[in-house]
Amino acid sequence: MTPQEPTGMLLHDTALVYGRYLRQSLRSRFALLFGALTPLLYLLFFGPLLTGLPLGRAGSSWQILVPGLLLQLGLFGALFAGFTIIMESAQGVVERMRVTPVSRLALLLGRVLRDATVFVFQAVLLVLAAVAMGLRAPLAGILVGFGFVALLTISLASLSYAAGMKVRTPQEFGPLINAVSMPSMLLSGLMLPMSLAPAWLNVLSHFVPFRYLVDAMRDAYVGHYATAHMLYGVLVAVGFAMLAVTAGTRVFRTAGA
Amino acid sequence: MAAVISAAGLARTFQTKAGPVDAVRGVDLTVHEGEILGFLGPNGAGKTTTLRMLTTLLKPTGGTAAVAGHDLATDPAGVRRASGYVAQSGGADPGIGVREELVTQARFYRLSKADAVARAGELARELDLTDFLDRRTAALSGGQRRRLDIAMALTHRPKVLFLDEPTTGLDPGSRADLWDLVRRLRDEHGTTVFLTTHYLDEADALADRLVIVDGGTVAAEGTPGALKLRYGGSLDATLQDTFLAVTGRAPAPAGDAPVAV
Ligand SMILES: Nc1ncnc2c1ncn2[C@@H]1O[C@H](COP(=O)(O)OP(=O)(O)O)[C@@H](O)[C@H]1O
Ligand SMILES: [Mg+2]
Repeated sequence: MTPQEPTGMLLHDTALVYGRYLRQSLRSRFALLFGALTPLLYLLFFGPLLTGLPLGRAGSSWQILVPGLLLQLGLFGALFAGFTIIMESAQGVVERMRVTPVSRLALLLGRVLRDATVFVFQAVLLVLAAVAMGLRAPLAGILVGFGFVALLTISLASLSYAAGMKVRTPQEFGPLINAVSMPSMLLSGLMLPMSLAPAWLNVLSHFVPFRYLVDAMRDAYVGHYATAHMLYGVLVAVGFAMLAVTAGTRVFRTAGA
Repeated sequence: MAAVISAAGLARTFQTKAGPVDAVRGVDLTVHEGEILGFLGPNGAGKTTTLRMLTTLLKPTGGTAAVAGHDLATDPAGVRRASGYVAQSGGADPGIGVREELVTQARFYRLSKADAVARAGELARELDLTDFLDRRTAALSGGQRRRLDIAMALTHRPKVLFLDEPTTGLDPGSRADLWDLVRRLRDEHGTTVFLTTHYLDEADALADRLVIVDGGTVAAEGTPGALKLRYGGSLDATLQDTFLAVTGRAPAPAGDAPVAV
């Protein structure tokens, strides 16, 4: 890719790559639904435990839990996206694309936008199930929440693809992702709000970017949009996405070492 | 004859956890227009690494090269327009249909939708894939899949076609078909073909000229006849003896399988 590549070509190529991978996702409907299974189980069998507990935040327990589960869905799903690029590299698909003039940024963007689409779709299913379980939240807040899920998946999928291009074997990739995903989930207060945490844990959690996203999303779910949490959440989500896509594109451009 | 590929001191060192690996150390070579060049060498000689540098997939750590007048370092886009590449692993996704793969590849080369569909049909006819257009690529035989890989690489009618061990894993019938295909591409379209192989009989039968690489450097080059004469002692020498004389190592024992280096 030349640095001054025309934007028209970037859009053309991104749409092409996006279409290819979206069709691939649609061909495996089972996987499409299966991805939402873990958070759905939490919703069904963990959610009811919280309904009577004081959680130290405004809103019902569902308004606190559902944002966390949606981000958990994006976190785990998107972090594992890189597995597919390891398979594609072994099949020669990645190099076959990289010898064409196709934009390197589009090779990444098309894939991560597909991932964002899939996870937002699963998030919609999860919210519908949550409404059936008793969630009541403003529609605008729920839509804002989907925006955070999309940004999170774009960020994490980009980094995951970059890691997949670097490590090249599933045996190295799996442990790496597990080492990132579990602490991220626990330290960001996805399951229970960090307002319940002792001071040291609360402080520690501020070094995990997802903490800001979940706080902002929980505000959105109770209809509070002009808050400091929301500001930080948006800044972190957008900044993180830009950094991650830049890092990912760099790897797609120079991959092969 | 004009040089369509020229490389001088082309080198690549990989940084690995176990220390640096000098995969290619200073390769000089010239390939003429319309030539079928056999890039011959044992496993690990640096063939794939050289090919990946010449196709812009990998940045050299030393030296320079140009393909069809486009410099690797300063005009990678020009190199990509002029060359097609088939990796040893191929490049088709097993879960995707043959038609979709051909059309997508044409779209990557920026053909319009209608042109891409037309080009896919043309390539399928030329490479005898028309009957398989609606199959998933996983359902193709080895020879058919190879032809699909080559069809994808020919999408933009490149001047130079790079093939990395194109017949490894093919049955004898498919190998013979592929040799015919390579000759036809050169004869009908004037395409320059740069192919790597570790099969001596393939190099002997197919290549106009050979470049023998070993340990990341060029050990010898010339027509098969000239190499036999110079290193094997006579025109009747086998390429196997010649190879032995060049590298100081015996190629793998010959069976009825293709003779591999
Ligand atoms: N990405 C890489 N990282 C580290 N070493 C590599 C890499 N690719 C190739 N090598 C090493 O470089 C040498 C040449 O490899 P290669 O070009 O694949 O040889 P050939 O294609 O002739 O079999 C080998 O020793 C191989 O292990
Ligand atoms: Mg090789």
